Amino acid sequence: MPEIVGWVWLVVLLPFFGFLANGLLSFVAPRAKTAVSVVGVGVLVASFGLAAGIFGGLLGHSDGAPFILTFWHWIPVGDLQVDVAFQVDQLSAVMLLVVTGVGMLIHIFSVGYMREDDGYARYFAYLNLFVFFMLVLVLGANFPILFVGWEGVGLCSYLLIGFWYTEKVNADAGKKAFIMNRIGDFGFLIAMFLIFKTTGTLVFTEVFGLAPETFAVDGPTITAITLFLFLGCTGKSAQIPLYTWLPDAMAGPTPVSALIHAATMVTAGVYLIARTNVLFAMAPLSSAVVAIVGAVTALWAASIALKQWDIKKVLAYSTISQLGYMFLGVGVGAVASGIFHLVTHAFFKALLFLGSGSVIHAMHRAYSATDRHEDAQDMRNMGGLRRWMPWTAGVMWIATLAIAGIPGFSGFFSKDEILAMTFARGHDEVLYYVLWGVGTLASLMTAFYMTRMMLYTFHGPNRTGERERDHLHEAPWVMTAPLLVLAAGSVLGGLLNLPHVLPFHGWLTEWFAPVTGLGEFYRAEMHLEAGTEWSLLGLATLIAAVGIFVAVRFLRPAKLQPAAEAPEETGFGKVLFRKYYIDELYDLVIVRPLVWLSDRVLWRGVDVGAIDGAGVDGSARLARGIGAIGSWLQTGQVGTYIFIFVIGVVVLLRAVSGP
Amino acid sequence: MLELVFWFFSAAAIVSAFLCITRRSAVASALWLVSTLFDLAAIFVLLDAQFIGVLQVLVYAGAIMVLFLFVIMLLDLGREGRTDMKGSVGQFVALALGVGLVVELWVLKRVMDAEGGFAAQTAAFQLPEGELARMTEAQGAIGIIAAPLFRQYLVPFEVTSVLLLVAVVGAVVLAKRRL
Amino acid sequence: MLLGPALGVSAILFSLGVAGVLLRRNVIIIFMCIELMLNAANLAFVAFAQQLGPEGQVIVFFVMAVAAAEAAVGLAIILAIFRHRQTVDLGDINLLRG
Repeated sequence: MPEIVGWVWLVVLLPFFGFLANGLLSFVAPRAKTAVSVVGVGVLVASFGLAAGIFGGLLGHSDGAPFILTFWHWIPVGDLQVDVAFQVDQLSAVMLLVVTGVGMLIHIFSVGYMREDDGYARYFAYLNLFVFFMLVLVLGANFPILFVGWEGVGLCSYLLIGFWYTEKVNADAGKKAFIMNRIGDFGFLIAMFLIFKTTGTLVFTEVFGLAPETFAVDGPTITAITLFLFLGCTGKSAQIPLYTWLPDAMAGPTPVSALIHAATMVTAGVYLIARTNVLFAMAPLSSAVVAIVGAVTALWAASIALKQWDIKKVLAYSTISQLGYMFLGVGVGAVASGIFHLVTHAFFKALLFLGSGSVIHAMHRAYSATDRHEDAQDMRNMGGLRRWMPWTAGVMWIATLAIAGIPGFSGFFSKDEILAMTFARGHDEVLYYVLWGVGTLASLMTAFYMTRMMLYTFHGPNRTGERERDHLHEAPWVMTAPLLVLAAGSVLGGLLNLPHVLPFHGWLTEWFAPVTGLGEFYRAEMHLEAGTEWSLLGLATLIAAVGIFVAVRFLRPAKLQPAAEAPEETGFGKVLFRKYYIDELYDLVIVRPLVWLSDRVLWRGVDVGAIDGAGVDGSARLARGIGAIGSWLQTGQVGTYIFIFVIGVVVLLRAVSGP
Repeated sequence: MLELVFWFFSAAAIVSAFLCITRRSAVASALWLVSTLFDLAAIFVLLDAQFIGVLQVLVYAGAIMVLFLFVIMLLDLGREGRTDMKGSVGQFVALALGVGLVVELWVLKRVMDAEGGFAAQTAAFQLPEGELARMTEAQGAIGIIAAPLFRQYLVPFEVTSVLLLVAVVGAVVLAKRRL
Repeated sequence: MLLGPALGVSAILFSLGVAGVLLRRNVIIIFMCIELMLNAANLAFVAFAQQLGPEGQVIVFFVMAVAAAEAAVGLAIILAIFRHRQTVDLGDINLLRG
């Protein structure tokens, strides 16, 4: 084991110390923003440096076996032995780099973005805590430790969505995210119980080692376990049917959306499936479900994004859509491709979110300078911003080209690889041709809605307002610098895993071989002829180009009116704008009946009626009733007592004297 | 002859007791009770308990009943006022319970007889016929009680004296208007 | 041998005492009925004593002492109650009522 791997605990603990220090500062000295910045960003920089060192150490030892560091026994109960242990292998090392790297950049960006906020110290405390839990999640060497991180990031997500909790909408959005995640967590817990029941252990390496002899391939047990795991993933990673919390989660500060709701936390589900890819490989049915849900989510969310006006909502649905691609990737068995897309997506989606944050920051300052209360996130209030914010516009175009899939940019390679793998599976099962078609259609939409967003935000005439226009400025360097780094990542990230037909191809796939190798035995062969692959690459390029061209050719930013004056949507556009009325449907089918049940049955019926009425008041009434009988017997009349006494004597004598 | 006398006094005692509990006047009741006690004293003598018979007359019929009469007169309850008898239901229940008690005691005796009778059960410490009368002649009526009282039952005897002392103090405390 | 008849008389007298207690409301008469019951018991003791030895008579002696003490204290209580309530009717005395 390389010596530096032994220091992995410090990578995790540094953000936690940051959380403690900033948490303390938020109470003691909330105005000490310099100290908060130094601590909050410093721990992430140190963490990232150490993580890079660990990754480098692992590069020299790519012989396969994961390094497991056990710190102490956490739950030693009978057969259940849960240790606090970290697993450093190829997968967790990559995740480590993404979490600390992107996290560090977003922390730096936040210094500028949150500068004027009163809750500055609290914000950094939460953000540090989030990174801590995310690292626990990706490093955990067994299911319970992973679950600790899984719940911890959920908690931080809740805290940060409702960061501006004085507005009820934000607090409600936090609650919605938290509660919907509970549904997923239920599935995760059941899956854990099933795994422990069948294999008797929860340690990753042991479970995966025992899996081939414990489970029958495509058997009911393994299918149930993986489906329950996937239920957990749909909650955390915002897939159908549990995706509706993510758009609402945009209520939080924009860097939070970038870090938690785009780059890291929401990809935890993809990570979990990649981690347990052996189990999924043994359950073809579950894998197909994962792929179908992923593809359908990709298309579904992309179509909603077509008609959103809130810049962050567009990105939120884009995130859901891209997560769908990742699930499609891990679902078809291309685990490395899924993680590859996770990494590139972390770059360009974080970049997009931070860029939108930069825009919102500028818009917000402009509106507050003139005391106007307009929606600083509505694209109809923007337009032509590239004149004031050239850097932001530039880097966001890079990210847009990346996500749309223009060759050379990272998103092209990762998305194409997923679609190519899906296409390859189609040779055996027609289903995957359909999924490939769905994914390709979604990628067309992706190119369109991203271009639409860029056109409306940065091009055409400005709709912000006459007086506000003078107050629009480019963000400070502390915010643009991270954007540039992420832009570099968005461009170059694709080099990690080039297609087979190019030289130096498939580095990441080989790197992940020790992690994915266990399940390889059960997976179908995925092989593409060079000619097919070339044509797929060409088709993908064409699709992206068509999407962008259609957007540029047919959208008219000049005709757009500010949000306050805009006409209401009509027809199918309105259905898309209202997100297919899914929130209303959930409200009608689930929330209202549940509220009714809680109110009428559980509260008034069970609690007030049964527990209070029969249980609490009932026992009191019973005691009073018995007391009333006793009080009625106790007349205080000695004569009566004597009567009763003598009757007792006669009865007793009768009993004694026998027949 | 002896039995005739016994039955006479028994009948007198029972009739007196019945009248005692049925007379409306408290004084009349008390006097009928005195009559019962006298009858019992006679029966005690017939049962070879001469000393107890004498005590019965002196302590019970003399001292205790005088105390009763004294209280009755002190409270001015002597004249025949409103009856303190219970209603017809109460009378019926009282009668039923009284008769029931007698019947049960009789049944108890029958059970005892079925198990060989009193004589068989106490054969081990039964005195010979007329032994107590002979002891009385030898030791005197007081002697036969005094011997066990001051030997075997000395401690209970002393405790009884303490009890009487307590009763005296208690009575004074309760009855006195102001200490 | 008058044991059997004496016990029978004892039982009848005792039951009469019980019936008297149940029948009357006047506390003093109830008290006298209690004395009647004590005497019925005494009769049984004396009757047994004739057969089993003079110890029975010693018990009667104790019973008489207890009866005397009881009469003294009981009548004192009746006096005290009468002084408070101007009645010796059991129906009117309900101090035990909570």
